[in-house]
Amino acid sequence: MDKPTRQFHVRIQEALNDPQIRANFRRAMDGLMTKRANMFPDPVELERLRDLGAAVRRNALAQLPELLERLEAKCAENGITVHWAESVDEANRIVLDICRRHSAKSVIKGKSMVSEEMELNHYLGEFGIEALEADLGEYIVQLAGQLPSHIVMPAIHMNTRQIAELFAEKLEGVGYIEDAEELTKVAREILRHKFFDADVGVSGVNFAVAETGSLVLIENEGNGRLTTTAPPVHVAVTGIEKVVENLEDVTPLLSLLPRSATGQNVTTYVNMISGPRRDGERDGPQEVHLLLLDNGRTRIHADPELRQTLQCIRCSACMNHCPVYARIGGHAYGTVYPGPIGEILMPQILGCEEVGALPGASSLCGACGEVCPVRIPIPKMLVRLRKEAVDNTGASPVKGGGAQRSFGEAATWKGWEKVHASPALYRLATRTATAMGGLPALGPLKTWASVREVPKPAAKTLHQRLEERGNSR
Amino acid sequence: MEAEHAYPGQRPRQVYLFGTCLVDLFFPEAGVDTVSLLEREGVKVIYPKDQTCCGQPAYNSGYHDEARIVARQQVRLFPGDAPVVVPSGSCASMMKHHYLDLFRGEPDFADVEALSRRVYELTEFLVRVLNVRLNDLGAPEKVAIHTACHARREMGVAGDADALVDQLANVERVGFTRQTECCGFGGTFAVKHGPISAAMVSEKVDCIEAAAPDRLVGGDCGCLMNIGGHMRHRGSPVKVQHIASLLWERTDG
Repeated sequence: MDKPTRQFHVRIQEALNDPQIRANFRRAMDGLMTKRANMFPDPVELERLRDLGAAVRRNALAQLPELLERLEAKCAENGITVHWAESVDEANRIVLDICRRHSAKSVIKGKSMVSEEMELNHYLGEFGIEALEADLGEYIVQLAGQLPSHIVMPAIHMNTRQIAELFAEKLEGVGYIEDAEELTKVAREILRHKFFDADVGVSGVNFAVAETGSLVLIENEGNGRLTTTAPPVHVAVTGIEKVVENLEDVTPLLSLLPRSATGQNVTTYVNMISGPRRDGERDGPQEVHLLLLDNGRTRIHADPELRQTLQCIRCSACMNHCPVYARIGGHAYGTVYPGPIGEILMPQILGCEEVGALPGASSLCGACGEVCPVRIPIPKMLVRLRKEAVDNTGASPVKGGGAQRSFGEAATWKGWEKVHASPALYRLATRTATAMGGLPALGPLKTWASVREVPKPAAKTLHQRLEERGNSR
Repeated sequence: MEAEHAYPGQRPRQVYLFGTCLVDLFFPEAGVDTVSLLEREGVKVIYPKDQTCCGQPAYNSGYHDEARIVARQQVRLFPGDAPVVVPSGSCASMMKHHYLDLFRGEPDFADVEALSRRVYELTEFLVRVLNVRLNDLGAPEKVAIHTACHARREMGVAGDADALVDQLANVERVGFTRQTECCGFGGTFAVKHGPISAAMVSEKVDCIEAAAPDRLVGGDCGCLMNIGGHMRHRGSPVKVQHIASLLWERTDG
């Protein structure tokens, strides 16, 4: 087992041993699953909507280069400056340059997973620029010096008591208040001033519309609207895959995303950003920038099956319904995107050397694929990425393909193949097991036996019994 | 994945049984009871003796060349038109759905496709093809059903096991909390991620025990080995069985 995989197993064990993590996630995921189910009472309507959502995303990806060019041209017409970044480093430098041009000292941020991918806060901090998270959940994890454990609800791993303790410890003049509403009020009061003091606002983007050059941003707290309107400069960061062709394409996605994510019909705020403040307008930023990050996405896009990863609209339904995520939580994955979508996306971005073991952390139960609003066949892709991780052709399209292949495991499967491809060998093996009456609880069986009785081979195999019965041919 | 299932208009006179490797070695009773149920319906059951494993363990582990070699060995054992009945939703789905991916572009793809169309999960076959009518002769009891994830989400046959148990007049079918959640088996997942799998199965058994059934049945021996193994480990009173055994035992006059 390589070092990253070993560390992954250590984090899993730590999470499983933490009763607080277990309880917080179980409760939260149960709630989110119920809320989503209540939003889609009609299965026929749900499937129709999923078809629409999937079609919109597939259509966009099928013409991605053209749509990105159209998006750039339309944005330019609207006065939005478009930047392209192939790597995270390049993306960070672009944001830093914009900040420096405006002598920015402080940046206020709306929620953005791409900025997490960039580790933007840390990067800006190294250059003396304070980046403050304005989404309540993000604010909490930033205050705690942690990373988000969920892509929609970043602080879902904490309960009210833990947040109350955090606020009392980190915020000057704030005592211990174990009341969610009061805690929210405290954060709002602190953040309110920061919005107006900030030199630059950084936000994410849910959908970038090529037809109109507008950026759609949905949120519940108003922090997105303030981030994108109060500071003089707004920088929207997003992945190149977030483009859709037409404004009407946004309709099914807007209908699917909040319902799949948090079980809301619609988010409190739906922002349509179509450029900087125009002459005669009283508010809005003077400059709007759109930063389009690649970070491995072009490579993912090149493979027709793997491309489906990019259909994702980051709703989090897959992790909310994942029995593995519900037990180990987001941090155990050790990646920006956790859960099923993370298991298929992260190996393609970071490479199989680093996180090739992620797709293995699934029982392939299919709950993720069943709820995905844009029909990403996540279980199928988990299997595909397991294959790429142990590829021995040297031609894997995935970064670091084959890195997880070990001599021992490959030899085991070769041996398995030899036995099961030969009826005579197979019968010999099963009859030997039958005659021995069981297998010693060694190796993998030891893990099994720690919480289960080890199954005993039957006295006679089905082969033998049906031979006697006269069914064999 | 939720491929359309075509059902033969006429009641087939004979079927093949693909028994699965787990049933062969650990749960032959489930296989024999499957044969008994089918034969009672007047269907001749042929068991090709060279069958081994559908190939799913290697396939799900990413070793597709090895899986294909083993799968190919099975494909040639089921010539003609007879349906192939599988007492496992997971193995049935492997042959019905995943074989198509595994053999895409291979010279024998057409054979594989023809086979995949004839593959049925047992409860699906009993309900939708044979339209069985069960006469319950057993004493009153409470039965809970664990439907395997692949039977539910890939084969789409979760309702068929329910329908069969509901035909048993003296059986009360009991539901339990988080019934549709995975039991934590997942093939090699149970050993590769033993601790997560253990957490999943112990919570699954908590939920089952809270409903206090006399028996838990399912259509997949992988799940049953996992759930039943954990139940016996913790000394649970619930009896665990393949659904074929429940159906045969209670209706065999």
